[in-house]
Amino acid sequence: MSAAQPPPRIHYLNVSYGIRSWLVTTDHKRIAWLYLLSITFFFVIGGLFAVFMRLELLTPEGDLVQADTYNKLFTLHGVTMVFFFLIPSIPAVLGNFLVPIMIGARDLAFPRLNLASWYIYTLGGAFTLAAAAAGGVDTGWTFYTPYSSIYSNTHVALTVVGIFITGFSSILTGLNFIVTIHKMRAPGMTWFRLPLFIWAHYATSIIFVLGTPVLAITLVLVALERLFHLGIFDPALGGDPILFQHLFWFYSHPAVYIMILPAMGVVSELIACFSRKRIFGYDFVAFASLAIAVIGFLVWGHHMFVSGQSVYASMVFSILSFLVAIPSAIKVFNWTATLYKGSVSYDAPMLYALGFIGLFTIGGLTGLFLATLGIDVHVHDTYFVIAHFHYIMVGGAVMGYLGGIHFWWPKMTGRTYPEGWARLAALIVFIGFNLTFFPQFLLGYLGMPRRYHAYPPEFQVLNVMSTAGASILGTGYVIPLIYLIWSLRYGAVAGANPWLAKGLEWQTSSPPPTDNFEITPLVTEEAYAYADAEGENDLPLRKPVDV
Amino acid sequence: MWQNLPLLPEQASTIAPRVDALFVFVLGVAVFFAGLIFVSIVYLAVKYRRRADAAAPKLIAGSLALELLWTVIPFGLTMVMFVWGALLFVEIQNPPADALEIIAVGKQWMWKMQHPDGHQEINELHVPIGRRIKLTMTSEDVIHSFFVPAFRIKMDVLPGRYTTTWFEATRPGRYRLFCAEFCGTQHSGMIGSVTVLELSEFESWLSGRAVGTSTAKMGESLFQRLGCASCHRPDGAVPAPSLVGLFGSKVALEGGRTVVADEGYIRESIIDPRAKIVAGYQPVMPTYRGLISEDGILQIIAYLKSAEQGKGEAARQ
Repeated sequence: MSAAQPPPRIHYLNVSYGIRSWLVTTDHKRIAWLYLLSITFFFVIGGLFAVFMRLELLTPEGDLVQADTYNKLFTLHGVTMVFFFLIPSIPAVLGNFLVPIMIGARDLAFPRLNLASWYIYTLGGAFTLAAAAAGGVDTGWTFYTPYSSIYSNTHVALTVVGIFITGFSSILTGLNFIVTIHKMRAPGMTWFRLPLFIWAHYATSIIFVLGTPVLAITLVLVALERLFHLGIFDPALGGDPILFQHLFWFYSHPAVYIMILPAMGVVSELIACFSRKRIFGYDFVAFASLAIAVIGFLVWGHHMFVSGQSVYASMVFSILSFLVAIPSAIKVFNWTATLYKGSVSYDAPMLYALGFIGLFTIGGLTGLFLATLGIDVHVHDTYFVIAHFHYIMVGGAVMGYLGGIHFWWPKMTGRTYPEGWARLAALIVFIGFNLTFFPQFLLGYLGMPRRYHAYPPEFQVLNVMSTAGASILGTGYVIPLIYLIWSLRYGAVAGANPWLAKGLEWQTSSPPPTDNFEITPLVTEEAYAYADAEGENDLPLRKPVDV
Repeated sequence: MWQNLPLLPEQASTIAPRVDALFVFVLGVAVFFAGLIFVSIVYLAVKYRRRADAAAPKLIAGSLALELLWTVIPFGLTMVMFVWGALLFVEIQNPPADALEIIAVGKQWMWKMQHPDGHQEINELHVPIGRRIKLTMTSEDVIHSFFVPAFRIKMDVLPGRYTTTWFEATRPGRYRLFCAEFCGTQHSGMIGSVTVLELSEFESWLSGRAVGTSTAKMGESLFQRLGCASCHRPDGAVPAPSLVGLFGSKVALEGGRTVVADEGYIRESIIDPRAKIVAGYQPVMPTYRGLISEDGILQIIAYLKSAEQGKGEAARQ
């Protein structure tokens, strides 16, 4: 045969080449890749800080690193993971890539603003890295005053300037998503036909826009007190240290929902696709996202039950914290019910999704202990809290992120990842995670305070277990990093819809063209319109994967 | 390192078993729901696993009855947790009136304790069993937090104001005291212990130490040394409000407000005298910021609380 090769299909990846074509791109799909590289970089850095912390905690004595070094390690671990990995992770990578495609748009509403968001994020990251390189910062990611504003001898101002700058990238991304979801839905894409991923990102964007400015102002005030001795938080200057905690948590508690809501959106997509059913109680799951975003703004004082805040305020924050647990519970029940009479396939993204439900359930239920006033007095600022929020942020958000990356990898790259390795890695992550963080619940109830460089010997056994688990967890994270890079070149060609899934993103080619769709799609059905009530009109089922 | 792996900390205060009881209740609810979810997921995922010859599953849109069920039941259970937790919290937060008052001052990176009879301890606190102990606490620098796991109590210790916590120890022994709020380099070294003694042992411990001047007495001599008495007496050089019987009374301020003269008010009046002016007086008192330590302020407060204040004034008159 001597037929000429057909010309390669032009898509968003090969439409232009060269570093410049990436650095000045306004294509939301390419910007998603810029974010993917940046947040992976920060994830590795933040992970390395954690490695040294866990190694230090192998023995009760502070023997591997000095106390000041340890204090900088946990501070930089928190700062990089929260502000430079978790908060941008799903929204800025998967959200950036998928929000326009899922609603049938050609791009976000403000493509240049989208690129600006990434540059702002990178600039903020550079400040924070500069602070780390110049000697670090030791206040904890919470920057409690007056320690941060007066007493610390480390690079607090440089760090908070970095976070301040990065905050604007969150605000702009949120603004972009809100406008896009309101104004750029394809014909027929009504609000209640939106994928739950979009609902979750809409709720997240509201928090981005309303919450982040408060954090920004708060950090400016810390910097002002630090640099010019303006009395805002330090009582010796006439300030109020509790004021800082109110302002900080007004943002930073909703920030937890910034991290978990998008992961919930991802999990809704995965559960629907791999049990081949519409999400049970779609409306309830959608409104639960909004309820979490709204009530989440009213619970910040539950970080302050022993801070000296009034008993009555604590009671109000306690009851509201219980209320915010209800919509999360509704989501978990609905995801579980979706499996009923479904057709469940155990592909790697589904393993992450099921792992997410399990770990998020533990994270959520342990939140009840912390919302209970009489118990929180004992467990506040102990490892119980550390375990709880890692179950939410790592067991929840990171599992959701990894599940989503695997699920949409064929769409983003046009290649499939190696399924066997992926399922093995998902299993390792799940086991390693639990071994790392479950012992910390026990440590916390026994009374081990957080942020301790050295600790009494009775806590050693559980700390050794935790460090052992962390080494397994770390392995589980390295494996996907290797095979995903490998798959860029050697993975099988994916095709437009490798999962035979519903959703507009699967109707366009993989990788999609720059404009996402050859012709603007017309939406005529609900989200997740697999089979109808009679079991008719579905796409063909994929064969089950071997177990 | 393998011995001594407890799953619950020791219970050494009256509050501890009650916190644990509530903990066990919440744990029961949590285990039930976690188990329900785990078993359901595994069961459903296995039972409805995709088979080679599978037909497409039918649409099941949802069920209002189920949604209501799994909204109302968790809501009810969490409200039980809320009420139970809040009632316990109110008790933990409010020291009983008859408690023995001990002063605790946190600073980077140590705890200073002072007993009413003037005994001072560093990073140690000896208390008798079965006696309610109230701690009035403040910090000389950053925020610290007083945490005794065996008693299930924790309270932040703040610069510029007083916080309190209390406990009644039920079991003799030595229990760890931690600083639970990150406070700088040696945060993890800011630890100490609370030693609970039988009453007789406590008394012999007290008598085995040099006889101290009581906290109130220390306050009185400070009161004289700093010249407080030159104004705060009926025939003072400058008209100043009398401090006899001040503590706990209602004070009428310029502008018509009233405040209760508690520890925080007295501290503020020493450090920042112009913040609240007593009705009918001029704002002429200078600040004592930098001239008196946090311990000193607490000693003066102890003096003002004590009967000595009244007696001393009466004697001079």
